[in-house]
Amino acid sequence: MRQISAETIRKKVYDLILQASYHIGDDVCRAVSEAREKEPSPAGRAVLGQLLDNYAIAREENVAICQDTGMCVIFLEIGQDAHVTGGDLNEALNQAVHDAYTEGYLRKSVVRDPLYQRENTRDNTPAVVHTRIVPGENIDILVTPKGFGSENMSRIKMLVPADGEQGVIDFVVDAVRQAGPNPCPPVIVGVGIGSTMEGAALMAKRMTARSLDAPNPDPRYAELEQKILKRINALGIGPAGIGGRCTALAVNIMTAPTHIAGMPVAVNLCCHAARHAHAVL
Amino acid sequence: MAAIHIDLPLTPEKVASLRAGDEVIFNGVLYTARDAAHKRLVACLDEGRPLPFDVRGQLIYYVGPAPASPGHAVGSAGPTTSYRMDAYAPRLLDEGLLGMMGKGKRSPAVIDSMKKNGAVYFGAVGGAAALIARCIVKSEVIAYEDLGAEAIHRFTVRDFPALVLIDSQGNNLYEIGPKQYQTEEQNG
Repeated sequence: MRQISAETIRKKVYDLILQASYHIGDDVCRAVSEAREKEPSPAGRAVLGQLLDNYAIAREENVAICQDTGMCVIFLEIGQDAHVTGGDLNEALNQAVHDAYTEGYLRKSVVRDPLYQRENTRDNTPAVVHTRIVPGENIDILVTPKGFGSENMSRIKMLVPADGEQGVIDFVVDAVRQAGPNPCPPVIVGVGIGSTMEGAALMAKRMTARSLDAPNPDPRYAELEQKILKRINALGIGPAGIGGRCTALAVNIMTAPTHIAGMPVAVNLCCHAARHAHAVL
Repeated sequence: MAAIHIDLPLTPEKVASLRAGDEVIFNGVLYTARDAAHKRLVACLDEGRPLPFDVRGQLIYYVGPAPASPGHAVGSAGPTTSYRMDAYAPRLLDEGLLGMMGKGKRSPAVIDSMKKNGAVYFGAVGGAAALIARCIVKSEVIAYEDLGAEAIHRFTVRDFPALVLIDSQGNNLYEIGPKQYQTEEQNG
């Protein structure tokens, strides 16, 4: 049994929130840069150039890449032989969110009641935490602040087995088509196929943070990702939605076993401010 | 094509001359408002109370800025998605608002109201928020301070770049632009 203090986790999550909010990943920066080289639309190239300048300013000045610093989504993989000591794990995570969003000049975008008062919690808590127990004694932390411009354009559909590959492709492409300029293209398209309704949604969210340098390990799904990407980039939506060939940087698919009667498909869109930071304790 | 320099506030003549796809550069004063502030502004109109600022000729920027860090007038301040303000925008256009700035699509009702009132919808690049913040030299909260980032701010901007997304005739860059680049491959 390995002891890991709640305070160690708080400090690490605090650092990861700031890192994700200020410093875009090299993979995303490279993908936008390559897209600019290939983009035939002059206005689209100008937009991509502004995004690259924006990444650089945020990195140099330690300011938020986007003013929507999101809801703080945290994926935790906790080794079953790790023991959190010295406090409540969830309190430690929320304390990290409180401290990072307050001290780091990040926008507080969370309201306590979703329907009635909609009163801002003023410190961006609570975090949205997804925990999985895994073998081992480490704690794997992925912090992925999620803006709502793209979150609002996300969709889920309970397809049926007869819909097949074509049904999946059409649904994902249509989600991006319907979203048009709203989710801040070029987007990263997170797709979850299988499991249950909430399982598909969670996989789609996880896939918005997959490295752009790592294709799907299953060659059939790697090919499907490319097939969908090609169709999306033929929509013409382009950077910022004003016309161009780069509408998505990547399509990332994750799958899971599902029921004999179903084929849930979730599409979680992420804008070009695709922020995430990862660490293992 | 050279960018069109516009001193704010707007004038009906200037707005009428703009066409979808034009690049513009703003100097002067504009106001911010997003979801919660719009709800309150329209509640003012419903109840016959005065608005916290005179919207005639003004440009409203849909943004909830990040807090300013030391040495900055404002934190990162890119546009938010505009359709959430569609339910409220025609009421403000009827009061004389001439410009809106955000990102993303607008409803047919908003576009009809823009045509009727001679107003224009501008776009700033979503997500280019730290870059945009450099063009905002002064920020003051003028109403609804309790809303935090959603309070109404008065921004003084210098060389703030934007595009005309939908002009006062209803021409829409989100329709014109993508048509030039879509291909048959989209249908598989």
